This record gives sequence, C-alpha cells and structure tokens, in this order.
Amino acid sequence: MKNDGIFVRAIDGFKERVGSYKRRFTEFSQLEGGEKARRISEILLDRAMLIILVIAIIVIAVMRPKFVSAASIINIISLTAAKLPIALGIGGAIVLTGTDISAGRIVGLTACIAASMLQMTTYVNKMFPNMATMPVWVVLLAAIVVGALIGAVNGFFVAKFKLHPFIVTLSTQLIVYGLVLLYLQIGSNAGQTLSGLDPSYLDFVSGPLFYIAGIAVPRYVLYAIILTVLIWFIWNKTVFGRNMFAVGSNEEAASVSGVNVFKTILLVFALAGATYGITGFIEGARIGSAASYTGLNYESDAIAACVIGGVSFVGGTGKVSGIVGGVLLLQIIFVGLTFLSVDQNMLYIIKGLIILFACALDMRKYLKRR
Amino acid sequence: MSSPLLEIKNLSKSFPGVKALDGVSLTLNAGSVHALMGENGAGKSTLMKCLFGVYRPDSGEIYINGERVDIGSPKAALLSGVAMVHQELSQATKLSLMENIFLGRFPLYTPYLPIINRAKMKRDTEEVFSQLGLTAEPERIMETMSVSERQMAEIAKAVSYDAKIIVFDEPTSSLTEKEAERLFGIIEALRKRGCGIIYISHKMNEILRICDTVSVMRDGKMISTEQSKDMTTEKIIRLMVGRELSEGYPKRSSKTDEVLFSAEGLIGEYSRLKSASLTLYKGEILGIAGLDGSGRTELLEAIFGISKLRSGRLMLRGKEIKNRSPREAIKNGFALLTEERRRSGIFGILDINANTVISSLDSISGLGVVSDRRAREATEKTVRRLRVKVHTEKEKIRNLSGGNQQKVILGRWLLTKPSVLLLDEPTRGVDVGAKYEIYSILASLSNEGRGIIVVSSEMPELLGICDRIAVMSGGRIAGELDARQATQEEIMTLAARFAE
Repeated sequence: MKNDGIFVRAIDGFKERVGSYKRRFTEFSQLEGGEKARRISEILLDRAMLIILVIAIIVIAVMRPKFVSAASIINIISLTAAKLPIALGIGGAIVLTGTDISAGRIVGLTACIAASMLQMTTYVNKMFPNMATMPVWVVLLAAIVVGALIGAVNGFFVAKFKLHPFIVTLSTQLIVYGLVLLYLQIGSNAGQTLSGLDPSYLDFVSGPLFYIAGIAVPRYVLYAIILTVLIWFIWNKTVFGRNMFAVGSNEEAASVSGVNVFKTILLVFALAGATYGITGFIEGARIGSAASYTGLNYESDAIAACVIGGVSFVGGTGKVSGIVGGVLLLQIIFVGLTFLSVDQNMLYIIKGLIILFACALDMRKYLKRR
Repeated sequence: MSSPLLEIKNLSKSFPGVKALDGVSLTLNAGSVHALMGENGAGKSTLMKCLFGVYRPDSGEIYINGERVDIGSPKAALLSGVAMVHQELSQATKLSLMENIFLGRFPLYTPYLPIINRAKMKRDTEEVFSQLGLTAEPERIMETMSVSERQMAEIAKAVSYDAKIIVFDEPTSSLTEKEAERLFGIIEALRKRGCGIIYISHKMNEILRICDTVSVMRDGKMISTEQSKDMTTEKIIRLMVGRELSEGYPKRSSKTDEVLFSAEGLIGEYSRLKSASLTLYKGEILGIAGLDGSGRTELLEAIFGISKLRSGRLMLRGKEIKNRSPREAIKNGFALLTEERRRSGIFGILDINANTVISSLDSISGLGVVSDRRAREATEKTVRRLRVKVHTEKEKIRNLSGGNQQKVILGRWLLTKPSVLLLDEPTRGVDVGAKYEIYSILASLSNEGRGIIVVSSEMPELLGICDRIAVMSGGRIAGELDARQATQEEIMTLAARFAE
C-alpha cells in the first residue's frame, strides 16, 4: 500500500467506486416497488440543482442558440471568475458556521484604493495628482493587505468575544463603508467616481490571456484559477485547513483536542478578507472605475453560491469544487435569463427562489430521517 | 383472561441500509415492570420510538388493551396513554415546572379566549405530585433543578396524562444512589396503580431487582423474554452480546512506586473545586469516584487547563508544570477524554481520519502542510490497534456506535503519546462488548508505564480496573481506598462525607 504510485491508487479508487455502484444497484433492484420509487426520488432530489441546471441550459439553448456560442460561454466563464474569489473567502466563514456580510464593502474599499493609486498621470481629476504610476503588483499587494487586515478585525471579534459573525460583520461593513466615503473625499475628489485608470492596470486585469474563436479570455480568469487552486490546497492539505473544518464541526471538541481555535478563526476571516481585496483590485479594472457603491451586495451572491455548492451553514462541510460549481450555476442562470429577455426585476425574485430552494435541499441532508 | 395492557406484534422498521427492527413482538401486562435490554444499536430505542409515535413502523401492529392503535405522533401516544421518560431530558428549561407539565395543553379560563389559568395549572401540578407522594414547587424554573428533580417532573407529566404505559429510558444513568432509590419507590407506586412499565437500562443489578420480566434484543430482533427470577447477569450479557465474554476485568499489576504526576491543593477560580490533591504513580490506574456534582469532572478540567485555577500546583516527574490551556496540557503530555462525547469529543460530520489525527497534526506535517500519507497511516494504525469497526477511514464518525466513537477518540489521544491520560466516564453510552475492550486497552496502556486517571459513576468498573480509588465529595478528595479491598459501601460513605 505504501509505495503505490498515485495512478495505482487512482485506479484502485475507481475500481472501488465501480464496485460500490454495482453493489448499490443490486441492492436497489431487490427493493420493493414503493421503496424503489422513494429511493429514486431521493436520488433525484440530491442532485436537483444539477438536473435543473442541465434542463435550463437545454431549454435556453434551444430557444436562443446564441446562448451556447463561444462569446456567450467565455462571458459566463469571465463572470464566474470575477465572482469566484469572494465566494471562496466567504466559504471559509460558512464552514465555521458563520457568515460575512462585510465582503461587498471591503471589495468597494479595496477597489477605490487600487483605482486611486493607479490613475493615469495625465488624467485631470486624478485623486493623488503628484503620485507617479505605481507598479501594479504593489497595488495588488496593498489591496490584499487592507482586505486581510479588515478580515482579521472581523475574526478577532468573532474569536475573542464569541460574537456571531453576522453581528460583527454587520458592524464592520458600516465602518468600512464610512471609510470608503471618507477616502473618496481626499484631496479635491469630493466623493466622485474614480476613473481614468492607467493602461498598465487595465491590461494587467482585463488584457487578453489568449483567444478562443477570436474572442479574448481576460487575464483575471487565470488569477481566479490560481486562487482557486491555492484555496483548495489550504483547505485540504494544510494543518490550518484541517483545523478550520474541526472548529466548524465542533468548536468545543476542537479546543479540547488542542486546536488553537482563536488563531484558526482569526485566520479564516483574514484569508476571506484577502480574497475580497483581490476582488476589489480586479473589479476596479474590470469595471473601469471605482466608486462608493462598488461591490455592493456582492456577498449575497457569494453566500448563495456557497450554499448551492454544498457549503452548509451546519458547519464543517464544504468543498472548493462545490463553490466553483455554485458560482458557475448562478452565472449560467443569470446569463440565461438575460438571453430569454427576462425582466431585470424578475431576476431578483428568481435569485431569491433559487437560494431558498437550494438551502431547503441542503437541510434535507441534515434533518433526521423518520 | 383479559387482554394485556400492551401488545406489540411483529413490528419491523428499516432505515436506508439497516433493518433496525425485524419482526419484534412484546407483551406488557398491567402492574408489571418489564426490562428491555440490549447493546446500543440493538433496536431498543427504535422500538420505543415506534411505540411513542416518533417513527412509523414499516409493518406490524400495536394493541393497547386489546384494541389496535395507530400512533402517529408523540401527542397521539400521550393521548393513548403511552408516556416516555427520556434518557436525555427534553424540557423547556427556561420555563417553570408547571408550564412544562402542561405544555401544549395549558388550562384556560374559557375555551374561547387564550388566557391561561395559572392558578388551576398550579393546583393541578400539586395534585399530580401528591399522587406520587412528592411535594411540588410549581413555579420553579426547570434549569434550576437537579437532573433527578427534572426526571420527577417528567414522571409527573406522564401521570398527569393518566398514562398507563410508561417507558423509562436509562433513568438512573445520571442519578445518585439515593435519588435512584427514590425513583424505584415511585416506579413501585406506579406499578401498584396498575401501570405497565418498560424499563431500559444497562445496569444489571437494578434490572434484576425491580423488574418482573426481562426481554433482550439483539440486531433488531427480540432474542428472549423470561421471568427475571430465572435470569442472571451473566445470562443477560450472554444474550445481549451473543457470545460468551471471556473474562470480566483484565488482570494487571503494572503500578510502580515511582510518582509520575501529582496535583496539590487545586482550587477552582469559578468551579466547585475546593482543594483537591492527588498522586498518580507510573503504570497506575487511579479511579475517581463520587456523586454527580462532587467536582470529579471539574478536577479533570482543572488539570487539563480547561478551567482556571485560583491556586494549586501540578507536578510532573518532580517538576512543576503549568497547564493553562488544553494546548499547553497536550504539550506537557496530558490527554483528556471528555464526559460528553457528542458535545466535546467527536467531530460528527467529519470522517474517521480527521477525527483521529486532529490532535497530532503537528507531528504529521511539515511547514504547515499535512502529509496525507502519514495521516492515513496513523488512522489505519489506530483503527487496527483499537479494533474500531469501520469500512473505510472516510466514514463519518457520527455513523459509528458509541463504543467505536470512544475508541477513535482514545486513539486520537494515543497518537499524542501522552504520559497522563485523564478519562471522564470512558464507558458511558458504550455497549458491553466494547466496554471490556476499552478496559483491556487501558490495562495495556498502564503496562506501558503511563498513568491513567478514570472518573466513573459505575463502581464495579472502578473496583475492577483501578489500583486505587480516590473518592470526591463536595469538591474535595474525601478519601482514598485500595481498589483490591474496597467495597461499594465504603465508597458511598466517603462520597457522602462533604456532600452538600
């Protein structure tokens, strides 16, 4: 067992899986009629989101063939990449049975900071007229640090005073919003939207990574992929990741088992803050400007994506792949509905229903079977 | 002859993948106490939940007084005269005694207005308690009461529904000897009133004393029903386990004269620990006996750095140490198996692997990155060594039986290579077979030269596995006994010494 290569293990794993499917099938075929129907409905319900998604794609593609064109697919991928980092951050807070509603405002603050530091020197309304063009990566780092620091403040209050993250982040989002407004008053800016961004910044974020069928894939897709791999590694391969799931599953047991619960909670929120910083940095250039309302309500889509992707508020469960799936699913549905020319106002209603439905499906797994 | 009070015929119930009940039948006569025994997972709780309307059986019938009944909910069960006194009391702890008894059917002044007649509620509560020969404090808030008092409330509630069939699910598991005696008196009174009692317990002596009939379940089937006068402890265990148990307690003689650890004058800052000292020798198993609330758990928590000490010293191998947090205690070579496994022991939603290695991540990682291979190996080793019954290390721990969960937690601590193991009720909620396996694990650990402190409410267990027994009373050590010569009476006398 010890010296088996990764492939041997993968093949073994595959065989085991096929075996278990076979076993489950024979078990299933021996059941009585009523029991069979119940089992089928259970299997379908467990995969309801996926089934709905497939049906939705087929229906929309038939009605509007352009929905599955290269341009549309790349658009969906780009939107997913833009929304992904923040969801990966919030996912950690949800694993701890918490949440984070300060995410959107932190995105706003970091977007404004990034934009203000990367305006064209020739731009008339430049916030810091005498500042030379900064290296882009320095600004990226600054956005990450600011995000992580605010996240650490969230984590500190959650871990130290045992406050519910909802209360803590409800307060900090107000404070951060105030900071954004004050920041935008600096110099002669007077609260205006920050635009006239330097080409180096725009290119770093939205420049073409490569082309598919003549359509550019923006660079931030690559950054989202790198971040996803990084978070996957942190969650699954590090001591911190294991501790995070332990604290989320049973905080008291974690403490008795010698887990540094305080440090774990603080780090989860700091890491989340860092992802908001990255999002803020990307959003500034992706949108082409930053204002006080940038990032508003981003957390609600992110939380929804996490829940749809199986990161449960019960705590201690969640997969990075699930979050990616959740974000993708939401984007496909939004883009699809736009293709069907569904009224903008209807979109909110549909979004709300999807989240409710997904949460109800999720809770089914944890309710006692009677 | 008239029909029996309760007749359960051929009841079956399946859960996905498990046949929890397989054609179970049971007959309960009025005025009798019927013991229902079986290991955890044998189907006792499922059977009772079907009777109480929590689960719906897949097939089979229930007759009460010869009439077929269909019990769809706990409320329906109460109305058909079936009541249950749960193992874990589920009460509205912020409400008063009388509100709990009349919850869901508050007496009103008039049926047309939802205004509660508190005076009537109070009178009725006192009336019910007096029927049981008790005095009630109707306005007292539940959470200020002891477990025993809350249990009495539950029984009173059953009587208030005029229940004829009352199920007791491990009622004495958290009662003192004296409280248990009072409970037996009340059960006798209920029996005389013509109630039929189903009594679930793991305590053999208690069963043989108060029950007329003993039924044993195993693997979802009813194995045997006999008069209790024809039963013995050994026979019941054999029926429950389905095989002969080799030997009771493992023989061991590993205690040395070398002091491993001592605690001197521990006084809790916030807890009820009022000056406790003890010495633990290398290779020794030291038992700690005492009533509930005597400070046994608090002593272990103080040693392990969970609760704050006002004063006192801890000495390990002659050197003073400080355990200000569990992390520090673990670094100093301590391990604590907590009393409440579900609350502070297991990570229910996580798999065996995560549950096993959580306390020893530092030793299987480098630069903060865990070696999956070493985590897997450590888990496999633990599962093998402690004979945990699992299919794969990916199985969620909450799907295991209590005994297997306890083994995993024990294994978690063994990976930290502790020199002092603190075990709080290590066999609570663990079935008989696994119990003896845990005893032999403890014996082999003491043979390796570790020191073990075991808190337990089961005196035979302490007398069986320990070298010495320290008895706690009122937050103090009331005395120490040599386990080879001590008797239960001596322990009880000491336990009552400073009892409040």
